[in-house]
Amino acid sequence: MSPDSQKTPYNPPALEFKSSTFSVPVLVLSSNDLAIIEQQLQAKIRLAPEFFRNSPLVLDVQELNKKDLDIDIAELMEILRKPGLLPIGIRGGSLNQNKKALALQIPVYSINSGNTVAEAQKQKTITPPAPEPKTSTATTTLITHPIRSGQRLYASGDLVILAQVSAGAEILAEGNIHIYGTLRGRALAGVQGNTEARIFCSDLQAELISIAGNYKISEDLQAIARNKPVQMYLQDHTIIIKDI
Amino acid sequence: MARIIVVTSGKGGVGKTTTSAAIAMGLAKKGHKTAVIDFDVGLRNLDLIMGCERRVVYDFVNVINGEATLNQALIRDKNCNLLYILPASQTRDKDALSQEGVGKILEDLSKDFKYIVCDSPAGIEKGAHLAMYFADDAFVVTNPEVSSVRDSDRMLGILASKSRRAEQNQEPIREYLLLSRYSPDRVKLGEMLSVDDVQEILSLHLLGVIPESKSVLNASNSGTPVILDEKSDAGQAYSDIVARYLGEDKPHRFIDGKKGLFGKFFGSK
Ligand SMILES: Nc1ncnc2c1ncn2[C@@H]1O[C@H](COP(=O)(O)OP(=O)(O)OP(=O)(O)O)[C@@H](O)[C@H]1O
Ligand SMILES: [Mg+2]
Repeated sequence: MSPDSQKTPYNPPALEFKSSTFSVPVLVLSSNDLAIIEQQLQAKIRLAPEFFRNSPLVLDVQELNKKDLDIDIAELMEILRKPGLLPIGIRGGSLNQNKKALALQIPVYSINSGNTVAEAQKQKTITPPAPEPKTSTATTTLITHPIRSGQRLYASGDLVILAQVSAGAEILAEGNIHIYGTLRGRALAGVQGNTEARIFCSDLQAELISIAGNYKISEDLQAIARNKPVQMYLQDHTIIIKDI
Repeated sequence: MARIIVVTSGKGGVGKTTTSAAIAMGLAKKGHKTAVIDFDVGLRNLDLIMGCERRVVYDFVNVINGEATLNQALIRDKNCNLLYILPASQTRDKDALSQEGVGKILEDLSKDFKYIVCDSPAGIEKGAHLAMYFADDAFVVTNPEVSSVRDSDRMLGILASKSRRAEQNQEPIREYLLLSRYSPDRVKLGEMLSVDDVQEILSLHLLGVIPESKSVLNASNSGTPVILDEKSDAGQAYSDIVARYLGEDKPHRFIDGKKGLFGKFFGSK
C-alpha cells in the first residue's frame, strides 16, 4: 500500500510496465520530393543543431496521402537519420507505408492518438515547405500547478514551474529549470548533456539535483540554508550552489 | 446536476469514512438532498458508521450488475430524510466495480441529488481510482504525520492527472485539505506536524481541522455520524467544514490547544 512496503527483500520484481506520456516533435510533410525535404531539413537543423541532435521524431504523412503523394519511407528514414534525428514512429501512413515502417521497426501510430497534445506539439512541428524566418532553439514549458509525488515531467526545452515540486516528484528538462516554489523532489536539468543548463528555485530542499548528469543528493545539500532563492550551475563537472 | 465529492487520502485509517458520513449528514441537514456511496467493496464500513447495517438488502455491486435498481439499493437515513446511503458489498472483491458501471450510477444519481459523497477505499488501486475518477471536488483527508502527508500528495497528483476532468481537459477537480486527528498538545511536543507544516508541504486550501476526539469512537459505536453530536469538538469541526464548503465564512478552530476560561475551569474535552 505505502511505497515503503515494497522494500520486502524476497523476490523483488525485476521489471514493471508503466504508462507514460511524452511530448515528441512531429515532422509534418507536405511534399514528397526527397531532395527538397533533405535540403529544407538541413536548413532547419542548422538553426538549432543542439535541439535536433538525437531528438526522437514522429513522422506525419497524412497531408501527403490526402494529396495522393506517395513517398519512399525507407529513403526518408535515411534522410532523417543523417543529421541525427531518431524517428520513432509514423502516423497517417497508407497501408503500404505502414507495412514498410514496421519492416524498419518503426512503430505505427493512429492519427488520433496525440490529438490532445496537438496544441503543445504545434510549436514543435517542423514544416519544411514553409520556412519561417526564425526558430527558437527550444520551447519553454510553463507549468502553473504543483508537481506532486509520483508525477514525472519532461521538457525538451526550458521548464518553468510556478508552484512547488513535491518530494517524490521528478522533473527533467533539456534546458534550464526555474521553480518559483519549493523544490523538494528531484530536478534534472540539461538531461541531453547541456552543461550550460542551470536550475533556479526559491527554496532548495531537493532529494536530488542534476545538471548534465552531474548530481548532488539530499545528503550533500544539508548545509544549504533553506527558504532562500538559489541557483545551481556546473563548474568543472561540479554543481555549484549560490544564493541569488 | 449533482456535485460529486470524493473523500480520499491514499493512506488507510486516516478518517475517510468518518468524514464521509459526517459531511454527507451535514449537507443533508442543511437541506441538500445527498447520497453517500461506499466504494470500499469487500470491507463495508460506512453502513456501520451510519447505523444502517441491519437494513442493507442490495448493494452497490448489485446495482452495477443490474440485479437491483438504484431505488431498491439506496437506504434512507434514519435521522435525516434527505440523506441516502448506497452500501458496499461485503461478499465481492473490488474488481466487481467497473468504470462504466460507476459512471452510469453517478449519472443516474445526479438527476435527483444535489451532492454525491464518495467514500474512497485506501490505496491508489482500482477502488480508489473509481471513487475519484468522476469527482468535481476532492476532500483530501490527512493526518498530521509524514507518511499520511506524502500519500495525500501522491493522491493529489493522481487527481490532477487521472481523473475524468483531467482526461477531458476540463477545469480541474477542486481540492481541499481536511486535517484530521489533530492534537495540538502532541504538535507542541513535536510528535506531530503542525497545520502550518502540512499546508506548507501540500500547499492546499485548508477546509478544516478535525481534532483527535473520543467522540468519534462513541459516534461510530452508536451508529450516528459524529456531526450530530453537536456538543463534541469533532462534531463542531465537521459542521464548520460543511459550512465553509457551502461558502460560509467560519474562522478555523481546534488548531491551538488553548482552551477558553470555561475549558480551563471545567477541563472539558
Ligand atoms: N478525529 C478523530 N479522533 C479520533 N479517532 C478518529 C478520528 N477520526 C477517525 N478516527 C478513528 O480512526 C479509525 C479510522 O477511521 P475511518 O474508518 O474513518 O478511516 P478510513 O480512512 O475510512 O479508514 P480505511 O482506510 O480503512 O477506509 C476509526 O477507528 C475511527 O474511529
Ligand atoms: Mg474507510
